[in-house]
Formats: sequence, C-alpha cells, structure tokens
Amino acid sequence: MYNAKYVIPGLAVFVGIFTMPFWLNFGSEEYRYPEVALPKGQIVIDGQSVDAGAACIEPKEWMRANHMSLLIEWRDQALRNEKRVYVASDGRKWETSLQNTCMACHGDKEAFCDKCHDTNSVNPYCWDCHVIPQGNNHEFE
Amino acid sequence: MNSSRRYFLKVAGLSAFALAGGAGAAMAAGSAPAPAGRGSYEASEKALKAGRWAMVIDTRKLNTVERMRKVIDACHKYHNVPDIPGTQEVKWLWDDTYHHAFSDEVHPVLPTRVEESRFFMLCNHCENPSCVRVCPVKATYKTEQGLVAIDYHRCIGCRFCMAACPYGSRSFNFQDPRPFIKDLNPAYPTRMRGVVEKCTFCAERLEKGLLPVCVEASEGAILFGDLRDPDSVVSKALAENYSIRRKPSLGTDPGVYYII
Ligand code: SF4
Repeated sequence: MYNAKYVIPGLAVFVGIFTMPFWLNFGSEEYRYPEVALPKGQIVIDGQSVDAGAACIEPKEWMRANHMSLLIEWRDQALRNEKRVYVASDGRKWETSLQNTCMACHGDKEAFCDKCHDTNSVNPYCWDCHVIPQGNNHEFE
Repeated sequence: MNSSRRYFLKVAGLSAFALAGGAGAAMAAGSAPAPAGRGSYEASEKALKAGRWAMVIDTRKLNTVERMRKVIDACHKYHNVPDIPGTQEVKWLWDDTYHHAFSDEVHPVLPTRVEESRFFMLCNHCENPSCVRVCPVKATYKTEQGLVAIDYHRCIGCRFCMAACPYGSRSFNFQDPRPFIKDLNPAYPTRMRGVVEKCTFCAERLEKGLLPVCVEASEGAILFGDLRDPDSVVSKALAENYSIRRKPSLGTDPGVYYII
C-alpha cells in the first residue's frame, strides 16, 4: 500500500474520534425518565369537574410519545376546520386548548413540561405566545 | 466501439432512472403524515353558526371617545393586546374621524354631529379580503363562515397583508409584546415578536356560543349576526336603517356596516 505507515494510523485515529460518543458513554448510567409532577385532585376544565389524578385524555404512554403531534393536530383542526372539540378514544370530550385544557391539570410547567424537554434538550416555542398558568408563572412575576 | 457506447448509455440511463425512482419512494415515505391522533374532532354543540358573520355599528349610540374607550379596553384586555405607545402601536379596535374612516365619502358639507364625532373601527372581515390574497404562506385565510383569521404559528412576519389591507386593520409586533401587557388574561394567548395581529371577530367565543367581547361591552350599540339570515339582528337593522361601509369602491366587500 502506498504510504501505509501514514494512512493506517490516520484511519485508526479518525475511527477512534468518530466513534467517541460510544466510548465516552460506555458503561455510564442508563437513560431514566425524569420525575414529572403529575396532577392530583378535582380540577374544573371548561365547566366540567375532572379527576385530574385518574387519567390523561389519552393513555399516558401514548401521550408521552405523541403529545406534540396531537397539539399540532388540535391547532390545525381548531384554526382551519373550526372543530374545537376533541373526542378522545374513550369517548370523553375536550376543548382543544393547550392553555385551558392541558395546562389546567399540568399547570406547573417547570415540574412537568420542562422536566423532559430539558433532559432531551428540546426547546419548544409554545410559551412564546401561550400563557403559563398564573401561580407558577415566573416569567411575569 | 459503437455498440459498447450504446450499451454504456443504456445502463447509465437505466441506473439513473432506478436511482430517481428509489429517491422518490424514499421521499414519499419520509414525508408521510405524522401519526394521527387516536380520537376525532367535532364542532361544539354550543357554537353559533352563520353563512356570513357581519357587524352593524350604530354610530348614533357609539359616538363618544369615552364609550368607545370602554369597548376597546374590554377587547384589548380580553385578547392580551399590548399597550405600546408611539409608532409601534398594536391595536385590534380603534377610533378616528369621519374623513379618515370614510375617505370615499367626499361631501364638502356635513352635519356637525357627523363631522365632529369619532368612528369605531376594526377589521372588516371582508368577503374578498386583499390581505388573504397576498399572504405567501397562507397564514391568514378566510373561514367558511366569513371570518378572516390568522394562524400566528404560521405567520412569517412579511407584512404583505398590512400593505394590502386598505383599512389599516393589522398591526405588527416589532418587539415582544409581553412587557406591554399590564393585566394578562391567563385564558387567552399573547402574540410573539414578528407576527401580524388583528381583530378575530372572537372566533373562539362564537364557538362557545358567546358573542364578541365588543358587542357585549357596547350595550346594544354594536350588533352582530348572520348577514345571510333575513331574520338576524344585523339583517333587520340594515333593512330599517340606512348604512354605509368603509371604502366599498375597492371591492373588498367589507362585513362591518355603519348606521350614520
Ligand atoms: S379589513 Fe383588512 S385585514 Fe380585515 S379582512 Fe379586510 S383586508 Fe383583511
């Protein structure tokens, strides 16, 4: 091989650096879901009293994976199709509102939303416009 | 020589075709819609419906700055409209003189009552909205019931709509509006820097069976209803009183009528 004494060590160094993330994280702690504060008690949403601790509008696992797509769908249905009621898979009906439905239960953004978003380094811009419920509304204090 | 070049071109052409096909299929798979929600959607049973929403403003009743201020404040407070002084002002409702409001009407002599009073203005929710025609991203659009709405999530802040609207109904957020909102309504969103906003005819209140905030605050001076329904309050008011609209000659077919 032409210039093998330079090429082979060069390749070895390159592969080493390229796969660095694997080496660095080897044997380190496994990813754990952050502890999020779950709602409790009776909460009034759009005139109906809801047991906040019982269940989210859809199963927890589904919400964890799909809440962002669901919110986008809510937005498009409300704004473009003038359909502002979501009939969940269990038949319950909800007003499609991040601020007034989701955050009526999940009112503590820091202890709920931010927990996973920060851990996963995602930075959604929902709250540039949507208002974080007062009480834990640090932005405006 | 000739035949081998021909063979080469054939193979090259076929492989390019196969590659393009493969890339197309991959792109189609990549852009498949996100997993749909598990549930379904419906309009609220309480919703007020109309073929064409319209507003009638009785300027004989709503003619002083104080009365208009009350209505404007009610709207701006409800919708978290910031109070920014100077040229970067944001407004949904406002008032102005007869000559500014109705610049088409060029009578040299007017009754003092008209000449001196102020006129209440807002987005006309036009039937042929010029703002909608120019929006390059379809962020502003007309709904089936005749409302001109803005999807702030989609607005890129190009301000074409502001240039196109002949009524000055739209405002641009040159800066973050939040520091200028004194009393935040936690049930309604704010806007962010870089989007255009305007009156919505309270689309989300209509959906809950409520009339717009300004109509409630006006104590009967502003009527709201379905122009296509001959028995609605607006159709009746228009049949009984002579009314004018702002700049009708432009062909936008505004949905706000003024009884003078
Ligand atoms: S008044 Fe202006 S902003 Fe409102 S619909 Fe008409 S053109 Fe558009």
